[in-house]
Amino acid sequence: MFKLQFDESKCFSCDTNDCLTQCQYMDIDPGTAETEIRKIINGEDSFVLHDCATCYACEEYCRRGNHPFYLIVQRQEELNILPLPDPLVKRGVQMGIPFRGEPEISEIKGTALNLGVFSNLSRFTQGRLFENLTLMSTDSRKMFHYFCQLMYLHFGRISVINDRLGKIIRTIAAHKVDEVVHFHDECYGTYTSYAPAFGIDVPFKSIHLFEYLYNRLLELKSDIRPLNLKVAYQRPCSSRLSPDKYPYVDKIFDLIGVEHVPREYVGKKALCCGGTILGQKRKGSRRLALELQEKNIDDMKKAGAEVCVFNCPACVDTLGQKVAQNGLMPLFMSDLCRLAIGEKAS
Amino acid sequence: MDTIYPSLVHIVGEGYASFRREELFTYSKDLGTSEPKWPDYVAAPKTAEQVAEILKLANREKVPVVPLGGGMSLAGLALPLKGGIALDLKRMDRIIEVNEKGRYAVVEAGVSHGKLTAYLHNQHPHLMHSEPGAPPAATIGGNLAIHGQGDLAHPYGFNTDMINGMEIVLPTGEICKFGSCAVGAGWFTLHPLPDVGLFLGWNGATGIITKVSLRLFPYKKFREMEIFVVEDENLIPEILYELTHLGLTEDLVAFSSAIPPFSDRLHHVSINVTGDSEAEIELKRRLIFEVKLAKYIESGVGGIAAVSQAIQRPQVSKSADWKKGGGFEYVGSIMPVSAYPECYRRGAEISTRHHIPYTILGRVIGCGHAMMFSWSYAFNRADEKTVRHAREALHETDNIVMDLGGVIWKPAVFGQELLLAKMDVNTLSLMKKIKLLLDPNNIMNPGNWEVD
Repeated sequence: MFKLQFDESKCFSCDTNDCLTQCQYMDIDPGTAETEIRKIINGEDSFVLHDCATCYACEEYCRRGNHPFYLIVQRQEELNILPLPDPLVKRGVQMGIPFRGEPEISEIKGTALNLGVFSNLSRFTQGRLFENLTLMSTDSRKMFHYFCQLMYLHFGRISVINDRLGKIIRTIAAHKVDEVVHFHDECYGTYTSYAPAFGIDVPFKSIHLFEYLYNRLLELKSDIRPLNLKVAYQRPCSSRLSPDKYPYVDKIFDLIGVEHVPREYVGKKALCCGGTILGQKRKGSRRLALELQEKNIDDMKKAGAEVCVFNCPACVDTLGQKVAQNGLMPLFMSDLCRLAIGEKAS
Repeated sequence: MDTIYPSLVHIVGEGYASFRREELFTYSKDLGTSEPKWPDYVAAPKTAEQVAEILKLANREKVPVVPLGGGMSLAGLALPLKGGIALDLKRMDRIIEVNEKGRYAVVEAGVSHGKLTAYLHNQHPHLMHSEPGAPPAATIGGNLAIHGQGDLAHPYGFNTDMINGMEIVLPTGEICKFGSCAVGAGWFTLHPLPDVGLFLGWNGATGIITKVSLRLFPYKKFREMEIFVVEDENLIPEILYELTHLGLTEDLVAFSSAIPPFSDRLHHVSINVTGDSEAEIELKRRLIFEVKLAKYIESGVGGIAAVSQAIQRPQVSKSADWKKGGGFEYVGSIMPVSAYPECYRRGAEISTRHHIPYTILGRVIGCGHAMMFSWSYAFNRADEKTVRHAREALHETDNIVMDLGGVIWKPAVFGQELLLAKMDVNTLSLMKKIKLLLDPNNIMNPGNWEVD
């Protein structure tokens, strides 16, 4: 079985304990952080395991690349301290079971585009930006064969990811692809952060969507017309697994002539969309999620944003309507880029 | 020489009557497991007067008449079990009046639910009626003839509880009105005149509904569906009790199904919430999740599976897709809400035995006074073995309904016989007298609700 490659000595010698002290959902001082980290490492109960919002951010806060969030989730499962009510966990785990037959595997030449479980979003991959890519699967009935499974980090279910991920990787690899652009941060994080952390072999190269979009926009530079929009970016939880790719947000915005408005909740301090928190069993979770959403959207408005840019479909599902009701246009990053080269948004 | 066909043509006009086999074929089947039953003629009247003329003709000729609306019934209720005239009422599709302030609509019985919904949406956007989970082609009259229910069943009950008046053509051809319209006072109330309502739920066996005044209700601007989920089926009755006590939702449906997998052995409650402002709807969400359902969430036995989703009507027809061949039929029942756990367990057992993925659903009617509970069985139309399994499962389920103290809803003939066998003898006698009085030649949908 796959095992988390976690170096305890890095934590024991850590002076900052950023993983917990920077947490935006728990108020933890350095001393408490040190105590609780040791408890978690030793497999003991800790309030952190109960109160974790599962926002993934501690993966980014850790300066030593030591996967504190994966450890927290592993301990939640081992100690049966699940952040979500049991029926939601069961529902989520069952949701990923394919039930519409096997996928049709065709060999793909060149670079492939993987929509993961979101094959229904293929309309967002139209136009010149994507014309050099081959969609790996457009059959929405087969989408669960491409589901990266990382969602189960919210469910305290490392074991489900580890049970299923190998088959998903083999399905993608069966297309004989060398390079895969992942539409969603979550898939990219699975194959470049989670899999290596657990010693899972990934026989293809992964490319982050934003890196791909940036390079493709450079190729189409002569067609770019500055959009002159003020935008806010709703950073998804899984972006915390690839912080090295986050700078592409501003690189894209600079290239297409939009202003990334200065906000309080941006970058490392970005706020969760609230989707997962809303369902957690901790008392007041729903109210907390609503307050976070309100704080987040108020911050966007205060900064003068006209557009809220998304990359995660789940964030769109949770926040899209609310930002629209507040006068901001919700747009996928891919659609924003399409507008910049004179195409219509999907 | 056959005089019936020319007589029908004389009444309804050329092109609206037929005895050609290729046209009768359509009326010989429904979408369920019933064996085909062929009519001898089909006629499509345009007015109540034409209906009356056809019934007089049928009495003279002693020919059965089987009325049908959208033809969406699955249990053979509109199949001509003993031949005769299939009376297709879809041409009687005028929306005659909508009284905005009085909140009612007068429509011909052949108006489809989809048509009325679209009309109200366009012309009276602050009003809605109760549309059932059936396809939009289902008609108003057909739904009343089977005691249907749909949107707003939780606050207001069956669709037959939502009428202000009716026009009926009796089996002997007289046209009668019921409610305030009978005294020329408009169509705004069914009461307080003496109750002579003998037509609802009779599958057309005592007369043909030709016109209806339907109650309309406020259509709120913000509309959404929340989903709550539990694993323990025994929690469903108390959760529905809590939510019906709150009384702030438009529809409450509990469901579980083996496919898609996320729903397997889990019980979802869809909660339709509406409001004229975000503040109104959020107040309702808070009362639902932070007051009534908080104890289930915090103890980990229940969870919010989705919020602010677009409202979808429960459509058991989707289960037709669980097997190749696209067939499905269901047993509907009216049960106490407390029976949900046992209904689920027994239904899942039957499904497993017949190799059919289980699909069950319970929709609250009234303030928790009852629920319409359904068990759906998918089959492959091209595979007689799976049809037989479904048919057997349906019959076994009819028996379960009776065992659990429920009432089979829109029963097929098999289910009608079970009900009649158990019925109070004096009630049975009254039904017989009513049927004999209204339909002395037994021409109306014979084979359905046969009291003998």
